[in-house]
Amino acid sequence: MTESPYLPTPQFARWRKAKSSAVTGILVACALAVIAPLFLVIYFLLEKGFSSLDWNFFTQLPKPTGEVGGGMANAIVGSVVLLAMATVFGVPFGIFGGIYLAEYGSDRANNWIRFAADVLNGVPSIVWGMVVYLLLVVPFKGFSAYAGGVALGLMMVPLVMRTTEEVLILVPQSYREAALALGVARWKMIVVIVVRTALKGIATGVIIALARIAGETAPLLFTALGNTFWSHNLKEPISALPLQIFAYGLSPYDDWHRQAWAGALVLMALIIVLNVTVRVLSRDRSKTD
Amino acid sequence: MKASPAQARTVEAGLPAEAEEVAFDIKNFSLWYGQRQALQDVTIRIPAKKVTAIIGPSGCGKSTFLRALNRMHELTPGTRLEGSLRHFGEDLYGPGVEAVAIRRRVGMVFQKSNPFPTMSIAENVLVGLRLNGVRDKRVLQSRLEESLHMAALWDEVKDVLNRPGTSLSGGQQQRLCIARSLAVQPETLLMDEPCSALDPLATAKIEELIQTLRERYTVVIVTHNMQQAARCSDRTAFFYLGRLIEFGNTRNIFTSPSNPQTEAYVSGRFG
Ligand SMILES: Nc1ncnc2c1ncn2[C@@H]1O[C@H](COP(=O)(O)OP(=O)(O)O)[C@@H](O)[C@H]1O
Ligand SMILES: [Mg+2]
Repeated sequence: MTESPYLPTPQFARWRKAKSSAVTGILVACALAVIAPLFLVIYFLLEKGFSSLDWNFFTQLPKPTGEVGGGMANAIVGSVVLLAMATVFGVPFGIFGGIYLAEYGSDRANNWIRFAADVLNGVPSIVWGMVVYLLLVVPFKGFSAYAGGVALGLMMVPLVMRTTEEVLILVPQSYREAALALGVARWKMIVVIVVRTALKGIATGVIIALARIAGETAPLLFTALGNTFWSHNLKEPISALPLQIFAYGLSPYDDWHRQAWAGALVLMALIIVLNVTVRVLSRDRSKTD
Repeated sequence: MKASPAQARTVEAGLPAEAEEVAFDIKNFSLWYGQRQALQDVTIRIPAKKVTAIIGPSGCGKSTFLRALNRMHELTPGTRLEGSLRHFGEDLYGPGVEAVAIRRRVGMVFQKSNPFPTMSIAENVLVGLRLNGVRDKRVLQSRLEESLHMAALWDEVKDVLNRPGTSLSGGQQQRLCIARSLAVQPETLLMDEPCSALDPLATAKIEELIQTLRERYTVVIVTHNMQQAARCSDRTAFFYLGRLIEFGNTRNIFTSPSNPQTEAYVSGRFG
């Protein structure tokens, strides 16, 4: 029996297999390199921080310098307050801007607005802090929770605006036509039909933006400043997890380092929860469509 | 190009008798998409409380014509029109006339059924009323039942009114869309190939429903299905290349058309 000229020789076949598995190996290594840092982060946070996560950490204020113990209760609440304020300040502008882009603006105006939003997305977060410092902290003579919320809110605007626009454009034109054909005014059609149909997508965009800003430290340094006590007034400085981590991490005390790790672990857990929420929301969306 | 005398005569012959009430009185109507003319010098009087079918090969301007009747074409940027269009005497394009008000009187059902995915069956039917400010529960409930009855859907959905509109079958969804249009109590219902995505059984149901609608509404239906036009319309208008070629009683159009192009089309020789 003669060999077919199209069949490779055994040596050649072996060489080809070797090449193929080499390439596969490289690709697997790259994929691992992408997810390894995540596991490293989680590993270190758990190893260094988990043991310090006790009841006190969640319920107590920081102890005065030099004293052992205490917790970050005020920073956790402060972060939640700041994120809520950022949502209140930033999300309406983001959503209305996205609605404008998707439903109203002219092509030319939209191009400029999108360009501006993309540039804003790239503005370093410390710059936001400095701008809000000039806008709110200097005129009102003091650091405040308001200023921190505004700084974070401003960072949310372009993010929310672009995701809102994207999900609104995905709503089929036929729903808009159906509503208009009922003699419904355009703005009502947009609110009740288009926005409602895309609501999950918009919510997803808001949560993604929250996850992006939850760990921001720089914009808060010049605005919310931080606070070692409960703040009872939004016009006063307020604590936040990233600020507290920053302050404790730079300190010379072991006990504070320990708590900084615990704070980082809590912050990371918050961000993972936000991302999981996004996944769940998007999965529901693809199921119903 | 001017209409030839023969064409003009056949168009005249199709005009409703003087005594008949006219729903749409349209004179010298032309429409452009940008530079491209889609309708040329259409003159037609569509009778009230009758079913008028619009037939013609794909791209001849049927949808364009229909969408001009409730100003839906205004959603397409760059359109322009000429001529006079009146609906029960009122100038559709008169100064100060709002498209929103026109569309409440002239409803539309689309080729692809499009119930709102976030709403239940009942909410879908009532959305037009609710968004136009009707709050009275008794009014809403009676409109809900009445519209679903008119759309021949009540018996099938009366126990599942809170299920999503999108949970229904294709034919039911289309009837739901008809009910949704009827709920705002229009005088005229425009339908753009409402059965083209449906199976024969669902199509038969909708055709039957159109027969009952003509008692209370003026119906203008675009169809590419000539049997459908023959079965369920009183008048038929044949469009070709953006012109109205012939308009008359459906029976005449299908048995003894006066224009050779109409004859060729209805006998299936082109289109
Ligand atoms: N949005 C549009 N922009 C430009 N041309 C269009 C548009 N819609 C339709 N047309 C053109 O107008 C003509 C009539 O279209 P249409 O009314 O949709 O035809 P039909 O419904 O009879 O198939 C076609 O030649 C089509 O290409
Ligand atoms: Mg069409």
